[in-house]
Amino acid sequence: METITLQKPDSQFLRDVRERSGQEPSNCYQCGNCTAGCPYNFAYDIPVSRIMRLLQLGRRDEILQCKSLWLCATCQSCTTRCPNGIDVARIVDVLRHMAREAGYATERNVKAFGDAFLESVEKHGRVFEVGVVAGYVRKTGRFWTDIELGPKMLPKGKLGLRPHSIQGAEHIARIFRRYRGEPEPAATTGGETK
Amino acid sequence: MRIGVFVCHCGSNIAATVDCPSVAEAAKLFPDVVFATDTMYACSEPGQDGIIQAIKEHRLDGCVVASCSPRMHEPTFRRALERAGLNRYMLEMANIREHVSWIGKNKELNTGKATELVRIAAEKLRLNTPLFANQFDVTKRVLVIGGGVAGIQAALDCADAGIQVIMVERETSIGGKMAKLDKTFPTVDCSSCILGPKMVDVAQHPNITLYAASEVEEISGYVGNFDVKVRRKATYVNWASCTGCGLCMEKCPSKKSHDAFNEGVATTTAINIPFPQAIPKKAAINPEFCMKLQKGKCGVCAKVCPTKCIDFEQQDTIVSEKVGAIVAATGYDLFDWTVYGQYGAGRYPDVVTSLQYERMMNASGPTSGHIQRPSDGREPKRVVFIQCVGSRDKSVNRPYCSGFCCMYTAKQAVLTKDHIPDSDSYVFYMDIRSPGKGYDEFTRRAQEQYGVQYVRGRVSMVYPKGDVLVVRGADTLAGTQVEVEADLVVLAVGVEASKGAAHLAEKLRISYDQYGFFMESHPKLKPVETNTAGVYLAGCSQGPKDIPTSVGQGSAAAAKVLTLFAKDKLESDPQVSSVNQNRCVGCLKCTMTCPFGAIKDVKDRAGNTKAEVIETVCQGCGICTVTCPHGAIQLQHFTDNQILAEVNALCQPELEF
Amino acid sequence: MTLTIGYYPGCSGAGTSVEYDQSTRAVCARLGVTLRDVPDWSCCGSTPAHTVNHVLSAALSARNLELAAQAGLEVVTTPCPSCLANLRIAGHKMEQPAFRDDVRALLETECETLAETKSTLQVMVEEVGLDEVQARVTKPLAGLRVACYYGCIMNRPPEVMQFDDPEHPMAMDNLLTACGAEVVPFPLKVECCGAAAGMPRKDIVAELSGRLLDTAAGLGVDAIATACPLCQMNLDLRQGQANAARGTRHAIPVFYFTQLMGLAMGLSAREVGLSKLVVNPKPCLERAGLL
Repeated sequence: METITLQKPDSQFLRDVRERSGQEPSNCYQCGNCTAGCPYNFAYDIPVSRIMRLLQLGRRDEILQCKSLWLCATCQSCTTRCPNGIDVARIVDVLRHMAREAGYATERNVKAFGDAFLESVEKHGRVFEVGVVAGYVRKTGRFWTDIELGPKMLPKGKLGLRPHSIQGAEHIARIFRRYRGEPEPAATTGGETK
Repeated sequence: MRIGVFVCHCGSNIAATVDCPSVAEAAKLFPDVVFATDTMYACSEPGQDGIIQAIKEHRLDGCVVASCSPRMHEPTFRRALERAGLNRYMLEMANIREHVSWIGKNKELNTGKATELVRIAAEKLRLNTPLFANQFDVTKRVLVIGGGVAGIQAALDCADAGIQVIMVERETSIGGKMAKLDKTFPTVDCSSCILGPKMVDVAQHPNITLYAASEVEEISGYVGNFDVKVRRKATYVNWASCTGCGLCMEKCPSKKSHDAFNEGVATTTAINIPFPQAIPKKAAINPEFCMKLQKGKCGVCAKVCPTKCIDFEQQDTIVSEKVGAIVAATGYDLFDWTVYGQYGAGRYPDVVTSLQYERMMNASGPTSGHIQRPSDGREPKRVVFIQCVGSRDKSVNRPYCSGFCCMYTAKQAVLTKDHIPDSDSYVFYMDIRSPGKGYDEFTRRAQEQYGVQYVRGRVSMVYPKGDVLVVRGADTLAGTQVEVEADLVVLAVGVEASKGAAHLAEKLRISYDQYGFFMESHPKLKPVETNTAGVYLAGCSQGPKDIPTSVGQGSAAAAKVLTLFAKDKLESDPQVSSVNQNRCVGCLKCTMTCPFGAIKDVKDRAGNTKAEVIETVCQGCGICTVTCPHGAIQLQHFTDNQILAEVNALCQPELEF
Repeated sequence: MTLTIGYYPGCSGAGTSVEYDQSTRAVCARLGVTLRDVPDWSCCGSTPAHTVNHVLSAALSARNLELAAQAGLEVVTTPCPSCLANLRIAGHKMEQPAFRDDVRALLETECETLAETKSTLQVMVEEVGLDEVQARVTKPLAGLRVACYYGCIMNRPPEVMQFDDPEHPMAMDNLLTACGAEVVPFPLKVECCGAAAGMPRKDIVAELSGRLLDTAAGLGVDAIATACPLCQMNLDLRQGQANAARGTRHAIPVFYFTQLMGLAMGLSAREVGLSKLVVNPKPCLERAGLL
């Protein structure tokens, strides 16, 4: 295994995480309780308590490239049981934001699903589930995903085949555009009421 | 008045952020100051000699020492003044260390503030007058509160030295937590075998009066002369005639009473003697469970008692005792671990506390020393120990280490293997804290010889699966999650201050920390003293401690008591209130506000009502001085004029340097 | 009793959990609770939004809280814990002025008043009350052994949710007990089911939901009651996947707790949308004499 040089932590990274999460990583004394309770640990490449340790050591790249960040479902076990009151789930959320910004997506399908979901929200104002599946398949090429579930759901009318569009759909779309810092298309700026 | 000013560098403690020579230079301009200098260590021998020499050379009437807190060195400098022939109250201190150099880094600002503090002190000193202490007698009897091992040790040491001891114990027997333990680490010797003889000594010692089932109701007075009221709680048994035969226990039909001694592992009878070696060996009725006291029906115990000592009408009584010193040894209680929902919060019968486990292992315990699962009585083959339950956990407001859990957990794991040779034990720990003599060797032996599996990590949850418990934790050394199925889970529950400790501290007028542990006078140099003269501490009342340390503190507290009692007379503090009889109009508002009952009303020769201070009772708090509408009561050494002089000094326009 | 309260069905209420929405509305009507839909409500952003950005997530949620407040709804109830978490966390974080300003910049609205969000579970326990529920029961669920499963975020984090015990919640247990069911203590009440990993990593859902199903089966339950569309989908629709991955043969019906309450209050199978369930609930309901 690699030797970690302790004198060279990425202190800017540590500061960013501290500021964006509002949490103090040095409060962690490595008891392992977050790992102990994490339902997803079996699927992780780096256990969450080790992510906390690597964070203390300022190991940016190792953390942002790990798969665990994408597999965490924010179930909050770690946050609820941390003896030092650290909102661990929030730190992981922030690390995931930073991984996205840095262009890492080590669990591509998880990212694709989230993207497809938000594209659906942006388009319709509400999630159109069939649309999410279609978007996900388009991004991943995984046509056979859950194909066996179709016959179970379709006859029950659980899958709406048409999106519910809402009046405020354009408002939602603008939220997304502003979030991305995109200019407003000429046709839709002004005039419309929310 | 001729005043001398001495500005201490305290090495670099003060001088690093205060320009001491400048402060001394500025002080030379203050009224009545005829001499000012800076000095490296004012408290050192050359430092004190310098003060004495200056007093003589410059014919000084009083001194200002600008150094550390008066808590630290006021007695030192007062003695120096006395050696130079001045009255000890002609000293004023300016605290330029704790109040200046340690809390600010700006040297210019610090120097200005230090100068102002010196000026305040000098202005007050100009109004100081010599004060003289009176002498008073000492009552050479000691009150020991708490009959655990620390209190027992303190009581026996004092009693052996010929001092009369009053011991007050809340429970019906002394022995405390140690009496509940099976074996003790690291020697694995039997707890009751080593404690039992000491308990018997307490009972038989001619110098010890034991009040069990009693609590301290009220304390007044002062060092050397405390008046204590003890509430002897109703036990509904006349202890003078109870022989401890136990017949009542055999016949009592209410057999589901909570068994506090056995930590609820078993139940007991409503009338009971908590354990066979109890001291005093007397029965008491738990009124919550007694059918006669609850419903008026039964009275079987009264019928069978051969000495007719049952008294259902018994009431609490108050006894008064005079003592000269008090040792508080109130011990600890276990943290309420049921706040941990993830460990079942008390829902799972096979999750027990470490103290319950002691009772389960103890040969004189409810299972006669056979380890059995509370749920089904089965012998457990896999026992999981979880450490730091209510210790080192900020989320439950218990950030401190309870100190001895690592050791007793190792002991319990070793004993488990002794009791059940084909069992496996697992210990979840964060750090093994075993700094005592032979302690670390013991924890190693648990692992190396007894095969106890130590797992470094906390446990996130415990849940039932069929008739076993699944313990899910982390092994941070292996770097992942671990699971183990357990027949029994033992929680090493942390220590907290004894219930009611804070309340007792207020009666004793001693400080306690945010968790209710009593505050020692100095964390290193005065570990068993408190800031109230004549009140001493021992054992876990001050913070978590193991048995050897508690015993050591019990003896240390006894030594302090004996030191105090070595003198036949004590000096009273003259810093007390006194009434100017000419100005007193006899409204007696002061008698109503005095928290110590130190002011009485008297008649002057003309028959007018006047207030008068009882010097030995007055604590010098000053409440009466602000109550008096005519300024007739003044606190010596802190008169209104002295305080106003300080305020005026501070409120002057800025000094020019 | 009469109570009018805002209602936020959540996107899945119009799709995969239509029976949760349907049974919630029907049971509330029975209990005298009038649900007023938040006008033109939009998606709360769910998990994907907060994994991308907290301000974006809060903006998507806050739009609904503001619309509700403008419609005069002080309190909004939602049956879905994921919506609940997003809406409540948005409200919680927006108490910080700096964060609120960031959200306002995305929303282009003032966000002066925001409605408060409560789970439908909380409303039924605290506003309606167990006595009232019990009084409405006409067909007690006697003989139905149920494990109540709350999912991971119904009560977490506790300082945001401010309801029930985060480790051992009892609200649903108490409601179904009031409806006459035999509720067994379920030790994994708050363990995660695999959440939204179903599509990208169904192996994870198979494992986590599989553990829940094993534990419920070990307790000999007739059914599992849930309060979350995602939990219900993972345990019901994906029960076959869990069986296939783990070599088990569970066939445990997974109800929404509102469906069981509805049945106890005399609503028909159609009114509570029983036909939408994947694992056939008929045998267990017939065994208990409820159909």
